[in-house]
Amino acid sequence: MITTELVKLVRRPRTWVSLLLLCGLPAIVAVFLGVTEIAPRPGEGPAFLSAVLSSGQLYPAAALAMVLPLFLPVSVAVVGGDSVAGEAGAGMLRYLLVRPVGRTRLLVAKLVALVAYVLLAVVLIVVTSYAMGVTMLGDAPAEALAGQDLLSSVSGTSLTRTELLLRVAATMLYVGVCMLGVGAIALFLSTLTDSALGAALGALAALITSQVLVTLDAAASVRPYLLTRYWLAWVDFFRDPILWRDIERGLALQAVYVLVFLAAAWANFATRDVTS
Amino acid sequence: MIVTRALTKRFGRVTAVDGVDLDVGEGDRYGLLGPNGSGKTTLVRMLLGLVYATSGEIEVLGEPVPRRLGRVLPRVGALVEGPGAYRHLSGRANLRLLDAAGPGGARRDRRHRIEEALERVGLSGVDERPVRAYSLGMRQRLGLAAALLRRPRLLVLDEPTNGLDPQGIREIRDLLADLNADGTTILLCSHLLAEVEELCTRVGVMDRGRLVLQSDLAEIRSPTGRVAVRSPDADKAADLLDGRVEHRDGDRLLVRAADAAELNTLLVTEGLRVTEIGAQRRSLEEVVLNLTGTGSDRLDREPQR
Repeated sequence: MITTELVKLVRRPRTWVSLLLLCGLPAIVAVFLGVTEIAPRPGEGPAFLSAVLSSGQLYPAAALAMVLPLFLPVSVAVVGGDSVAGEAGAGMLRYLLVRPVGRTRLLVAKLVALVAYVLLAVVLIVVTSYAMGVTMLGDAPAEALAGQDLLSSVSGTSLTRTELLLRVAATMLYVGVCMLGVGAIALFLSTLTDSALGAALGALAALITSQVLVTLDAAASVRPYLLTRYWLAWVDFFRDPILWRDIERGLALQAVYVLVFLAAAWANFATRDVTS
Repeated sequence: MIVTRALTKRFGRVTAVDGVDLDVGEGDRYGLLGPNGSGKTTLVRMLLGLVYATSGEIEVLGEPVPRRLGRVLPRVGALVEGPGAYRHLSGRANLRLLDAAGPGGARRDRRHRIEEALERVGLSGVDERPVRAYSLGMRQRLGLAAALLRRPRLLVLDEPTNGLDPQGIREIRDLLADLNADGTTILLCSHLLAEVEELCTRVGVMDRGRLVLQSDLAEIRSPTGRVAVRSPDADKAADLLDGRVEHRDGDRLLVRAADAAELNTLLVTEGLRVTEIGAQRRSLEEVVLNLTGTGSDRLDREPQR
């Protein structure tokens, strides 16, 4: 069942279109930066973008910063929202269950496909943006950002290529885990409704609510529990030394979101009447 | 094959299936009839474990459902409320995915299984067009192929001939009769009386969630103890058979008599001409229409008080 889910994911044109768009945005930005060499002033624009002109090797990090707030979670919400509701919409849910595929098994397969999509997206973004960064912006050795003063400083200790690779890999994993929070919400909503669009929109609503509240001082009391609160903590991987505090909290928070919504998805799907 | 006891399903305040005791025997061709919204589909979905019963018991292939679904469903083929397919994939790719999704059957036989199922439903020559380009009839055939993929012992088919032309309906009927002859039990849900009358040996009639009739078709269609006579001398015949004529309409008489041949002899020896004569049989349509109300898709205004 897991294999067939992966086959479905790969054979779906939508998967590739969304990945193309995700990789396209950083590529376009890299072209503009490389041609004009006008970087955003420090402290403006996405994280890292002001730093990449000196080294294209940091560009993957800047690319992740670009797609992380909206583009990537939107595509994850669409794929996650489609997972069960999409089967219902195509009229295939009943035939899969009658085939028979156990309900828990189906849910696990959908989850695996979702994780595969997230990893594929993150890896492709990093690989393409590294290629674009190095070609358009040169590959001078990257420097870690010193201390807390991240966005206003480009000075710091030099990173070796291995160090940089390790930190980019860690960032990819962290971003992947963050996306699973949205994915779990979308998957849960997908078991509630037969409309894939409705489930995706619901997950997006949760995402946007969280992002609005994160910036709101009046909502400071709930801020530590918001879905997107620690999403940008991956920036700390590029500090020297690495600041683990927010990263650890971010991982724990995402784990809670994933567990709660997956449990809810399972409890709902395993007991519900399939009338689609 | 299928036994349900006091099976009931409520959706909120609506009782979709109400105390149904279904009994489908091994090798039956069972036709489940009833107007739209009478609970046929909900009943079928409960048999397949898609919808969970509110109360009552279900046994399919001798195993309790939904507890042992994993052991029951591999031996059941189903077509429920129209075929489903991934529209951007070809029919073969759809069958491959469905075959790979569940248990049983070796991978190397997959191709063979799929080609055999396609052949049975008359799609063996289908090309790699995506399903979205299929006609309604082709999709219906593809759905049937998916149901047949695992050589099931029990076929549960909900409106299998939807969207097929008369030749197609005939083909599918022959196919089902063949499968049945090979030992497959068939449960056919339909609101098409003719379809059930042609194919089935046993019928159940549902109305507003209840199973109002369950009987062998032959029994329903047994002679009613009346003979229909058509004669140009209907007046004289009516005089002759005084008291035994139950109904007269022009030159047609409905006579209470056990044997048409005997009645014929009587009329002819009296010098009366007979155009047509035969034992009266109830049609399935009369029986069903007598037992059932209008379907739930007809919504009349409540009578004013």
